[in-house]
Amino acid sequence: MLEFLRQPWPWYIAGPLIGLMVPLLLIIGNKSFGISSSLRHICAACLPAKVPFFTYEWKNEAWNLFLVAGILLGGIIAGQWLLSPEPVQVNPALAEELAGYGIRNFQNMVPVELFNWNTLFSAKGLILMLGGGFLVGFGTRYAGGCTSGHSIMGLSTLQLPSLVATICFMAGGFIVANLVLPFILKI
Amino acid sequence: MSANSENEIKHHEFLTQNADFEVRSLDAVCLNESELKHPWWYNFKYLVAGILFGIILVKAEVISWFRIQEMFRLQSFHMYGVIGSAVMVGIISVWLIRKFNIKTIYGEPIEFVNRKLNKGNIIGGLLFGSGWALTGACPGPLFAQIGTGATATIITLFSAIFGTWCYGLLRDKLPH
Repeated sequence: MLEFLRQPWPWYIAGPLIGLMVPLLLIIGNKSFGISSSLRHICAACLPAKVPFFTYEWKNEAWNLFLVAGILLGGIIAGQWLLSPEPVQVNPALAEELAGYGIRNFQNMVPVELFNWNTLFSAKGLILMLGGGFLVGFGTRYAGGCTSGHSIMGLSTLQLPSLVATICFMAGGFIVANLVLPFILKI
Repeated sequence: MSANSENEIKHHEFLTQNADFEVRSLDAVCLNESELKHPWWYNFKYLVAGILFGIILVKAEVISWFRIQEMFRLQSFHMYGVIGSAVMVGIISVWLIRKFNIKTIYGEPIEFVNRKLNKGNIIGGLLFGSGWALTGACPGPLFAQIGTGATATIITLFSAIFGTWCYGLLRDKLPH
């Protein structure tokens, strides 16, 4: 059993399990699946600074903070006991491209050559971690949701804004991954 | 019952007017709080749901920076399969909930919120997509990546929280 769990799960197992989060959260408490709101609740709880957008009863939304705390714990559990000993099997074309930028370690979820405490103080690290993170936080809230809130929950309830948002997520990603990221990795 | 349904309409009206749909307690108009009041420890069920979701995210490798790069280069079907099948299961689940009028475990009717399209869906969507390609993570995966031991991702998370804060500050000046 543990051997089975340790392998990477194929998409046709993982995808439906992710989809089941939608009815699970609705049935256990009438909650719409969505993760990015947690970032807003953290702002509201820690530094509302009289900004109207952060002045609300964040305690009523505490369920969302429990959810993300669970995701962190789930990551720890999977990382400690369920991780496959094999590196991620990436497309050979991608592996070759990344090797050209000195990225050869596929053992972790993120390339250790890019995302570590030392690169944080390099231009590359600053752009990827600080810049990328900022865009994730700013963009999801501006869009009104993220991959879970729009692409999973919104599309499940057939919302047009969620379809538009999802197409824009993909468009932004395609542009940056193919046209911008190569220049950043060359730094 | 009639007073209750009136309040529900207000609740939904408020939510559709607001560009941000995920926060219920913003609804100052809604006095009835159709949501049942529970002690705080009831929230532990969401912790358990989060743990399950976190494990799935890791094992599906959807929190892998490499898988995200493959997706945006059309080099693998994996991510499309995961998101596509998740949406299919979500659509079928929501359809079943509506068709059979399934209630929550506390007997409340399940609520769905209709959203209105605004410019933020497009501009914010493009910005988030860019960040997704750089960090290889959306908000959920950020937490899961940190859990698997990618501790430097804590900086990415703090930056994302700061990004959300800046959006809140500039919100009135941005096109919606």
